[in-house]
Amino acid sequence: MEQTADLSIWFNTAYLITGILFIVGLKYMSSPRTARMGNRISMAGMAIALAATFVQGIIQWYVILGGLVVGAAIGIYSARAVKMTAMPQMVAIFNGCGGGAAALVAMGELMKQLQAANGQPLGYDLTITTMLTAVIGALSFSGSIIAFLKLQELMTGRPITYPAQQVVNGLVLVAIVVCSGLVIANSADPNTLLYFSVALALTLVLGVLFVLPIGGADMPVVISLLNSFTGVAAATTGFVLNNNVLIISGALVGASGTLLTLLMGKAMNRSVTNVLFGAFGAVHATAATGGKAKQVEVRSLTPDDVAAMLAYANQVIVAPGYGMAVAQAQHSIKELENLLEKRGVEVKYAIHPVAGRMPGHMNVLLAEANVPYNALYDMDDINPEFERTDVTLVVGANDVTNPAAREDKTSPIYGMPVLNVDKSQNVIVLKRSMASGFAGIDNPLFEMPNTSMLFGDAKKSIDAVNTALKQL
Amino acid sequence: MSEHLLAELTVFILAVFVGIEVIGRVPSTLHTPLMSATNAIHGIVLVGAILVAGTQVAPLGPIVGFVLIVLASLNVFGGYTVTERMLSMFRPRAAVAKKED
Repeated sequence: MEQTADLSIWFNTAYLITGILFIVGLKYMSSPRTARMGNRISMAGMAIALAATFVQGIIQWYVILGGLVVGAAIGIYSARAVKMTAMPQMVAIFNGCGGGAAALVAMGELMKQLQAANGQPLGYDLTITTMLTAVIGALSFSGSIIAFLKLQELMTGRPITYPAQQVVNGLVLVAIVVCSGLVIANSADPNTLLYFSVALALTLVLGVLFVLPIGGADMPVVISLLNSFTGVAAATTGFVLNNNVLIISGALVGASGTLLTLLMGKAMNRSVTNVLFGAFGAVHATAATGGKAKQVEVRSLTPDDVAAMLAYANQVIVAPGYGMAVAQAQHSIKELENLLEKRGVEVKYAIHPVAGRMPGHMNVLLAEANVPYNALYDMDDINPEFERTDVTLVVGANDVTNPAAREDKTSPIYGMPVLNVDKSQNVIVLKRSMASGFAGIDNPLFEMPNTSMLFGDAKKSIDAVNTALKQL
Repeated sequence: MSEHLLAELTVFILAVFVGIEVIGRVPSTLHTPLMSATNAIHGIVLVGAILVAGTQVAPLGPIVGFVLIVLASLNVFGGYTVTERMLSMFRPRAAVAKKED
């Protein structure tokens, strides 16, 4: 006993160092120059924590090593193979894995403690934190899987709603609370594990139900929130196992996820509650189809026209959206940037905070295409620039460029901060067809006198513009 | 509430404040790598997984234990690899110009 107590000082010191390295690593993420170093510092922290854990008397080596090898192989392979455009779903699935692991740890520890207690009730500290870990972890697990399926388009990305949805979800939640209460109230009850399992199963169901009604453009909020859930689950796992490194790391991730969630909500001028329970897209999609089928007059251009307009501009701004990711157009856009810069045209990129399917999605795609990060501008920095801009190219973005959000009080997105692309001399919108955006809202931008459309797949359109530019 | 739990809550709450302070300084251009990096950090649950599935009594049994370790290590290794891959693409203007020459 004396010896283990002595050793535990060493493990805990190692864990403390891990906690410090995680914090320092995240601090280095405050600049693109140092971010990579930050990630490596964080990796070193993880390695130290794992080493400190290995020396604590592992008995089932084949389970641990086997699991590690398989998990690492699949993880590293898929992380290398995944396309940058598929990054949101990749992050979602890794996040779900963490949540599921936290729930299983809670279950294993509860079983272990029940065996050891031999019919005596367990302390409330333990049962409460165990239930919290199991519930939050499982919610994150099944929620992330649905988010993955939606993003991967294995199921519809649109919100799935049915009557009395919130009532059903509420009832499931009540049942989970009751079962958890039974576990906490009397863990000496021989049925404790049964109650625990029912709570766990119902939570998995709730995770599915909870993400189903949340649709495409709201995904950045959900992904951030699920990330924060797994963080909190890791922290509560730390409470269950009395392990400070889990508490510290989980708290860091929980704080980060929550901060990003709030930021995304703010960028859409909607409360997070509204995003989670509003089933936004569904409501307005039906409203749009039910409404008047208005004839829209738009001007359509050929790639040659666009090339000529761009070639004689002083400044061009590119405003990308999820459509750029779908069309994989980022490399063609970079080529366009190179062609234009050779002619002395200044090219900037306007990034709306919720463009794409996760926070910072556009930045990563453009970075992949070798666009330097100093050419990317946040909404607040770029908005005053549009008035001085000759041509703005809207690539696969819709709602985030909708002037109705600024001017039309009846618009469902009124009040959402948008890119003021309509203020530039000319706007060219690249779009597949005249279908409305995700939220099903008309975009008056398309009808403005300074706007023209270039219809077709974004990548093919830009490639055609590039070809035309080279011949000018 | 036991004194022990109180001590742990103290650590938790202070860490939340540190988290808010540190994360608040990350520019929006790095938000995707940040999510992925924090994603990898919560893979620290692997430590808990090893302790539960690998030491002394392992009530989950070898199969569930194996699944648990696979899930947690997917989170750790996948998370760090993806983050590293993304961050390696972020270049300033000068570096991009050099690369293209």
